[in-house]
Amino acid sequence: MDATSFVTFLSAALFVIGALGVLLRRSALLIFMSVELMLNAANLAFVTFAHRWGQLDGQVTVFFIMTIAAAEVAVGLALIVTIFRTKRSTSVDELAQLRG
Amino acid sequence: MMINSTDVVAVLPFISVALGSVGLLIADLLIPAERRHVTAWLAAALLLTAAVIALSLLGSPTFEAFGGMVISDPTAFFLDTLICTIGLVTILLTLRYNQVRGILRGEFYILLALSISGMTLVTHANNLLILLLGIELLSIPLYVLCGIARPRLESEESALKYFLTGAFASGFLVYGIALTYGASGTLSLQTAPAAPNVSGDPLLLIGIGLILVGLGFKVAAVPFHLWAPDTYEGAPTTVTAFMATATKVAGFAALLRVLHGGLPGMESTWQPLVAIIAAATMIVGNLAALAQQNLKRMLAYSSIAHAGYALVGVAAHDTTSVVFYLTGYAFTTLAAFAVITAIGSSEGEEMQFLEAYSGLGRQKPLLGAVLAIAMFSLIGIPPTVGFIGKYFVFQAAVAKGLVWLAVLGVLTSAMAAYYYLRVVMVAFIREGSAAAPLPTPSAPRNLAAAISVAAVFVLGVVPALLLSMIGNGMLSTTP
Repeated sequence: MDATSFVTFLSAALFVIGALGVLLRRSALLIFMSVELMLNAANLAFVTFAHRWGQLDGQVTVFFIMTIAAAEVAVGLALIVTIFRTKRSTSVDELAQLRG
Repeated sequence: MMINSTDVVAVLPFISVALGSVGLLIADLLIPAERRHVTAWLAAALLLTAAVIALSLLGSPTFEAFGGMVISDPTAFFLDTLICTIGLVTILLTLRYNQVRGILRGEFYILLALSISGMTLVTHANNLLILLLGIELLSIPLYVLCGIARPRLESEESALKYFLTGAFASGFLVYGIALTYGASGTLSLQTAPAAPNVSGDPLLLIGIGLILVGLGFKVAAVPFHLWAPDTYEGAPTTVTAFMATATKVAGFAALLRVLHGGLPGMESTWQPLVAIIAAATMIVGNLAALAQQNLKRMLAYSSIAHAGYALVGVAAHDTTSVVFYLTGYAFTTLAAFAVITAIGSSEGEEMQFLEAYSGLGRQKPLLGAVLAIAMFSLIGIPPTVGFIGKYFVFQAAVAKGLVWLAVLGVLTSAMAAYYYLRVVMVAFIREGSAAAPLPTPSAPRNLAAAISVAAVFVLGVVPALLLSMIGNGMLSTTP
C-alpha cells in the first residue's frame, strides 16, 4: 500500500471513530470532541490529497477548516458552560425538557 | 489576481450585509442600553438596502467572479433578495416579542445580520470551500440565537441540540468535500466530476453522498431531521420563524448549487437518492405533525414536510419550481409565526398549545384570519401561493417521469389538511376564552403579517411575476 492510500484509510478510520463517538457518547463535551476529530480527519485527508494532486488548494483549505473549528469551539464551549450553569450537568440524556 | 469591480458586484449583497453587520457591532456600542430598538431598526435598514441591491442586480447576466470561486446568476440574486426580505420581516416580528421576553439585545440583530451574510454567500457558491464557509457563517450565529433567551432552559437546550447536530453535520460536509477533492483534484463545482474517469470513482460517490448528508441536516430532511422539532420548539419564536424560513431557503440554495448548478453529467447518480429522501421526508414530516398539540412543534414537523415537497423539485432537476416553492413556503410560514408571536401573556410566557388558540377567530378576527390564510396556504388551497408552489414541483416531477413522487406528494398533502384544518377549527369554531391575555398590539408585527399575507395572495394569483424574477434556473447547468 502506498503512502497516499494508507493515510487516506487512516483519515477514514479517524472519521468513523469521530462519528461513532458522536452517536455513542452521552456527554456534550465528549460529543463535541468527537466532532473535532471528524473535522481533523477531513484535514488529514485534505493534506494527503493536496500531496496526491501536487496542489496547494487542499492545504489552504485546511487553514479555513481550522478557523471554522475554532469558531465552533468558541460558540460551542460557551453554550455548554451556559447549560451547565443551569442544569449542573452536560449529559445529553438529561436534556429532555423538549419532547413530544 | 486583481480584484476588479465585476468581482465585487457579483457578491455585492454579501459584502454589504457582512460589512454592515460589522458596522452594526460598532454602532451598537454607542447606543444606550434602553434604546436597543435603534439597533433593530438599523439592522432592518441594512437588510432593506441589501435586498434593494440584490433586486437591482436581478437583470445582470450570469458570470463567474473571483477566479470562479463565486457565480452570479438571476437565481442567486433572487435568493439574496428573498433571504434579506425574510430577515427584514423577522426583525419586524422581533420588536415587540423580544421586548416582552427581555431579549431585545443588540447582539440579537448583529447575529441575525451575520447569519444572513452567510446565507447570501451560499447562494453564490461556485466552489465547495465557499459553500462550506457560507454554511458555517450562517450556522454559527444561529446556534447563539437559539440560546439567546438564557437562562430559560428550553432555549439553552434548543441551542445545544442545534449546535451538536449542526457541528456533526458540518463534519460530514467537510469530509465529503475532502473526498470529492481527493477524487477530482479540484474544489470547483463546475469541473469536479468533469475530470477524466472520475464520475464513477467510489471516492467521488462517497464524497457527494457525505455532502448530501451534511446538507440534509441543514434542511432537516428525513432521516436527518431529529434535531428540528426540539430546536424549533425551544428557541425563541422569532428565531424559530427565521430558522424555519431563511435557513431552509439557504440550505436549499446550497443543495441547488451542488446538484443543479454543479456536478454536470451526474444527474442519474443523485436523482434516485434525492427522490427517496424526498418521499421519506414528506411521509415522516406529515405523519409526525398529525399527533402534535403544540403549534410550534407542529410547524416544525410541517417545515420538515415542506422540505420534502421542495426536494421533489430538486429531484426533478427543476430549479425554478424549487425556488418558487420556497418563496411561497417562507411567506406562508412567516404569516403563521406572526400569529404565534402575537399570542402570549404579558409576562412573556408563550402560548404554544392549541387550546390557547380556541376562540381566537372570534375575539381577534384579523389575527384569526391571518392564521387561517397561513394554514390554507400550507395545505395548498387556491388562490394561495401554497397551491401554485405544489403545482409547479409536482408538474416538474411528472415531466421527469417521477410520477410516483408526485402522487405521493398529493396524497401526503391531503393527509396534511387534517392537522392544518384542526388549527383553523380550534381558532374559529371551538368556543373559547382565548386563554391568554393578549399583549398590546404591535404595529411592526402587523406590518410583517400584512406583508406575508399580501405575498401569499399576490404570488398565488400572479405567479408569473415571481417566475420572471427567478429566471431560468441556474444557467451554469450544462443541459
